[in-house]
Amino acid sequence: MKLKSFLYSIFAMLACAEFSWAEINFNRDIKPILSENCYFCHGPDQNKRKAKLRLDNFKDATTAHDGVSAIVPNDPDQSELIYRIFSDDPDEVMPPPEAKLNLTKAQKDTLKEWISLGAKYEKHWAFIKPEKLKPLTKRHPVDEFVSKTLKDSQMGSSPQAGPETLIRRVSLDLNGLPPSPEEIKNFIKDDSAEAYDKLVDRLLNSQAYGEKMTWDWLDAARYADSNGYQGDSERTMWPWRDWVIKAFNENLSFDKFTVWQIAGDLLPDSTFEQKLATGFLRNHPINGEGGRINEENRVDYVMDMTETTGTVWLGLTLNCCRCHDHKFDPITQKEYYQMSAYFNQTPIDGGGRSGQQAPNLTVPTQEQIAEIDEKTQEIQTISQRIKEREIDVLKEGPKLPDDQIWKVLIPSETNAKVQKLTVQKDQSILASGQNPKNDTYKIKVKTDIAEIGSLKIEALMDPSMTGGGLARSDSGNFVLTGFEVSITREGSKESEPLKFASSEATFEQGSHKISASYDGNPATGWAVHEGRTVDREHEGVFRLKDKAAAGKGTVIQFILRHDSPHASHNLGRFRLSASEKSDAPINKDKKIIDAQLAELTKKRKELNDRLNKLKGSGPKVMIMEDRDKPRQTYILDKGSYEKRGEEVNMGTPVALPEMPDNFPKNRLGLAKWIVSPENPLTSRVIVNRFWQQIFGVGLVKTSEDFGTQGETPMNQELLDYLATTFVESGWNVKNLMRLIVTSDTYKQTSKATKVSENETNYSLDPENRFLSRGPRFRMPSWMLRDNALAASGLLVPKIGGSPVNTYQPEGVWEEASFGKKRYSRDNGEKLYRRGLYTFWRRIIAPPAFFDNSNRQTCTVKPFRTNTPMHALYMLNDVTFVEASRSLAEMAMTTTDNNDLDRLELIFRRLLARSPIATEQEILFKALNRSREAFKKDPGSAAALLSVGEKPMNDKLDPVEHAAWTATSLAVMNLDEAVTKQ
Amino acid sequence: MNPLQQNHLDLTRREFFGKSATGIGTIALSNLLNKDGLAADNDRKAIGGLPGLPHFEPKAKNIIYLFQNGAPTHVDLFDYKPKIQEMHGKPIPDSYVGNKRFSTMTGKANGKLMLAPVEPFKQRGQSGAWVSDFLPHTAEIADKICFVKSMHTDAVNHAPAISFLLSGGQIPGRPTLGAWMAYGLGAETEELPRFVVMTSVSKGTTCGQIFYDFYWGSGFLPSKHQGVLFRGSKDPVLYAKNPKGMSREMRRDWLDSIAEINNHKLTEFGDPEIATRISQYEMAFKMQASVPELTDFSSESKETLDMYGPQVNEPGTFAYNCLMARRLVERGTRTVQVMHAGWDQHGSVTTELYTQCKDTDQPSAALVKDLEQRGLLKDTLVIWGGEFGRTPFLQGNLKDRKKWGRDHHPYAYTIWMAGGGVKPGISYGASDDLAFSATENPVHVHDIQATWLHLAGIDHERLTYKFQGRRFRLTDVHGKVVTGLIG
Repeated sequence: MKLKSFLYSIFAMLACAEFSWAEINFNRDIKPILSENCYFCHGPDQNKRKAKLRLDNFKDATTAHDGVSAIVPNDPDQSELIYRIFSDDPDEVMPPPEAKLNLTKAQKDTLKEWISLGAKYEKHWAFIKPEKLKPLTKRHPVDEFVSKTLKDSQMGSSPQAGPETLIRRVSLDLNGLPPSPEEIKNFIKDDSAEAYDKLVDRLLNSQAYGEKMTWDWLDAARYADSNGYQGDSERTMWPWRDWVIKAFNENLSFDKFTVWQIAGDLLPDSTFEQKLATGFLRNHPINGEGGRINEENRVDYVMDMTETTGTVWLGLTLNCCRCHDHKFDPITQKEYYQMSAYFNQTPIDGGGRSGQQAPNLTVPTQEQIAEIDEKTQEIQTISQRIKEREIDVLKEGPKLPDDQIWKVLIPSETNAKVQKLTVQKDQSILASGQNPKNDTYKIKVKTDIAEIGSLKIEALMDPSMTGGGLARSDSGNFVLTGFEVSITREGSKESEPLKFASSEATFEQGSHKISASYDGNPATGWAVHEGRTVDREHEGVFRLKDKAAAGKGTVIQFILRHDSPHASHNLGRFRLSASEKSDAPINKDKKIIDAQLAELTKKRKELNDRLNKLKGSGPKVMIMEDRDKPRQTYILDKGSYEKRGEEVNMGTPVALPEMPDNFPKNRLGLAKWIVSPENPLTSRVIVNRFWQQIFGVGLVKTSEDFGTQGETPMNQELLDYLATTFVESGWNVKNLMRLIVTSDTYKQTSKATKVSENETNYSLDPENRFLSRGPRFRMPSWMLRDNALAASGLLVPKIGGSPVNTYQPEGVWEEASFGKKRYSRDNGEKLYRRGLYTFWRRIIAPPAFFDNSNRQTCTVKPFRTNTPMHALYMLNDVTFVEASRSLAEMAMTTTDNNDLDRLELIFRRLLARSPIATEQEILFKALNRSREAFKKDPGSAAALLSVGEKPMNDKLDPVEHAAWTATSLAVMNLDEAVTKQ
Repeated sequence: MNPLQQNHLDLTRREFFGKSATGIGTIALSNLLNKDGLAADNDRKAIGGLPGLPHFEPKAKNIIYLFQNGAPTHVDLFDYKPKIQEMHGKPIPDSYVGNKRFSTMTGKANGKLMLAPVEPFKQRGQSGAWVSDFLPHTAEIADKICFVKSMHTDAVNHAPAISFLLSGGQIPGRPTLGAWMAYGLGAETEELPRFVVMTSVSKGTTCGQIFYDFYWGSGFLPSKHQGVLFRGSKDPVLYAKNPKGMSREMRRDWLDSIAEINNHKLTEFGDPEIATRISQYEMAFKMQASVPELTDFSSESKETLDMYGPQVNEPGTFAYNCLMARRLVERGTRTVQVMHAGWDQHGSVTTELYTQCKDTDQPSAALVKDLEQRGLLKDTLVIWGGEFGRTPFLQGNLKDRKKWGRDHHPYAYTIWMAGGGVKPGISYGASDDLAFSATENPVHVHDIQATWLHLAGIDHERLTYKFQGRRFRLTDVHGKVVTGLIG
């Protein structure tokens, strides 16, 4: 700690004194001093302002109060500010002693000089739209901009790292996994100029790329597999996680990636995927504590969404404004609530404890999708067979009295306004072609029936209908809103409309009675939905008020109308029959007489049941939706849900560009505004975080805060170049990553370079802010685990799916939840999936990810602190011991009985290089001592080899295998192995 | 000598000099630790910590917080008010209630019936402090402790109130007391965590509270300052055991090889992080030995063990955790937070409250006595108390004695403290005659936090951390040191 703070202070001296900047820059040199020491009482927050003095803008700071001005431009001696900061009088000095802040001599002098130069204020740098800078040289633009600040330091750039270091580094950065020995060999062998670019392309196109990019996004999105708080119920948001992986892999442009997640549901004709993306906002914790007030919860969720959006895309610390105006940034409490108004419109009321609370989306799993396809296919086949059999049955002639009572009508003319109607062999009529929202059919039949007492319509299933049902609507359901019949007797030109006295149907859906099909109201009609895709046939019988005489050559005309607001609920296949009897029976249960037909229909019913179950049983992802009636939004005093103040409308902060009038006044408008090229923050905030992923520190170190208290970038030109290029490329993330990793800056070695007798570029610049060397830092815990699995050949590279419970010390969940949550470890391949898929219990994060954010709130900056816990975990956890065992086995089975070859393989797989002589010597000595020890105590060899689920290879000599396991574990724990360098 | 150091000295002799290992790791480590300010002598010197801290001579080097989760009833345990007895079964006068907010379980407090303390009170010791018969062992040490009878807080629900007391903010996400201590003062040892948390709950309790990790979180401070939750088993630290089949000697051997190669790497790369890595692995190795030594109670005398009561040998009980707390501070852990749940007596002051007291009373008193006997009490601040008090009026039906309860009450409650520079044998502040509101010398949560830090040699206004543009501190922007408590 002391050593570190010592180094920091050197660096601070370096930054302030050694590199004296040519001229005073308000944002870089002055504002940090004012903001840190003065704005708390003399800043934007009007409630905390003292002496009515405001120092955060030129006008207020130079306005005289009682004849005294804090700042008199060009005249420091007349400026009260200068007098006060230099004063020795405890009653006069600023900041006052009770503030416990002290200005340094250098800071005071800088302020004095600034005033003497005219006290020029500038708008906060991050609120000014970045300008596109043109590189002046043919160098890689990143290198050109880096060299501009680097030349101000005493340091120079470093030479390029060796090919083995490079391929390992870039594989870890783009895929989060080490290169395989073959990949290393191929890269080294390839001496073409494009070898490195080809490597980068291969990595960007690997599926592992999306997985790597997703981890940080999950931290930002506070993704977890449970709700958090008391109860901590499980949720199933993981299809959203899989969508993120897919989006990165398909290189979905980042503006779409943004808009979909914030407002995909509000896009016109939004797709399934766009709705799914809005799960981002619903990843917040849900408080299920007893006695919690619903509204309190609801307001919490809205604030969480507001603040998460603010941090993730805008780099603004909006949470400060919950309770009061921002102390430092020009964002008011009112503006906070105006932003929150966009998220305040969901139908969620804060009640309910479920992790699948509506609005939600059922997402079938990959396996389910496959089975759905399979079952749908089977249903189609079986329906075709049913249809064929029906024709045969019809041909075979009537079998039952019923069939003599009912006469199938043979269509002579069929017309539809839009669709094509064709008469089938069984005399049914099939609709095909363009499928309109509403359609009307006109059917004419010729019949010799003597008189008409009843008419019948059969709605028949057909493979061409949705789910093999009765129509091509979303549910296979129809709504028959009009059933009009008239007859024209032979020789007559008059047509006579028929009137119905009653009707009945095999099934009526709620208020959609069959009688509604002849009530003259076009909005109402007969429908048969039973809460699932329609999977059975129906019939309706209409009884005439008065029997109508017919006779030879009679023409009956049917008009079937489908005018309901439910789109495309047009009957798909139907058959018409007539009976002389007024009480001709309805086949209530649609009893099937033909044995073969009955069997087929039964089979189809079973398949349909399974299909419906499949469709309804997928995980439900909570998504966004706005309710119809807008909800009022109020300023909440101290952020307390019950203390409503002034009512506010949706709006964005005044300090940022205005929202264009043609943007919708809802979340979609906000999302569009966030990715508008006019927005000065979004592109910078995002490229800064991608840079941080690779170099460990952002170009703006405070990646969570781009406000006035955040860091002013040391190299704003580079940041702005990347940001503007990113937007111009169509927010192309892969391009951005490629741009960064193909620079010489990135490819530098991370070895120290001497700067002077006593200094290196590490001692002068511990965090590598000047980029005088390549990145070097310990991998995050998830990557340590992924690497061990990959290097040892255990990794199961399956993408996506429900979360897994891997090795975890016993009792961790049980203790945290008083035994209410029991951990049930998975087996087999689930133990070897990438860390991304580990079940994340929000109240007790997986202990394997010891350095990660706990996913309770949005986190955009990694914690990289080092504690002995890291060492204990990697030395002793089952994962690493088992991986060592597996790697040892690989070394023993794939090489000859030769220590050097074996060590070579272990080194290649873990470090991407060969062991040097010193390392060989050290490790072989230890290996031999372990051999001796295990030989003396074969029991302990067997014990070590029993760690983990993977079966022991009994063809190997246990003593030898155990000794090599210990060796692998040691190599896995080398500093180099846990470090990206 | 610190027992941990003795233990390591023994281990060192046995392991490093008795065999042919190069011992390079140890050499590298000693270089490093010297650089880092850890002298080889046996003085308790801080490792890490901020320059300039402590701000002044500390009275307490360590803090043991016996946190009573769920809010113990001050009315039944400490705050004796004859008038409550007199008014038993009568409605609480409106003048006491005013506009005060209560949990949704009480809603409006007007007209609620007063409930007399369940057990009798007596004056104890020389000081004459009132302690209920519920707590006979605490009663015995009345002269060693300081009762703060005028505590009050802002929150009425458990999680926000606990978070408020431990971190200064009701919403999770700020550093807690132990994290601030670790950050500001550093460690006395690197072989055990700077900040340890242990939890327990009385068997058979019906209370549903769980322990959230933000009760010992480091918030925006570096995560190494967060409390390490010891598990309620014989293996309190995760991953501290070598894998099956890997002996300690073999581990030592391999760590030496790792350190040797890392040292070469350090020379080659010049990245000081490599030196940190070497020392971490070394510390991890030491911790592997320290933890079993820590949990091995065989060196404790029978008298000591008996003092803590029958549950002392059962990991996961309050008694076990109290003895562990003493052993931890003895070995250099800066802050120990022992949390015991089950105090939420909404309907169990005549039933479960007895179990709660039985499980906690004896071990709490034993800890104070034990620390005193070993001369550790003067440097160790012991704090006992919950997140708020309980209503002097009844929750439940007066006729149904078995289900009598009391609701949450933030307006007055009692905690006690001992050692670490606190005046012994006093009762500080007072509530009104119905134990309803803190009236005499009220002590707000931020005031008591300022006082704790003060005892640890820290000016609460100067221990700050800049995050998201603001300087945060444990006491937010409030808090006054309560000098009347300090001896």
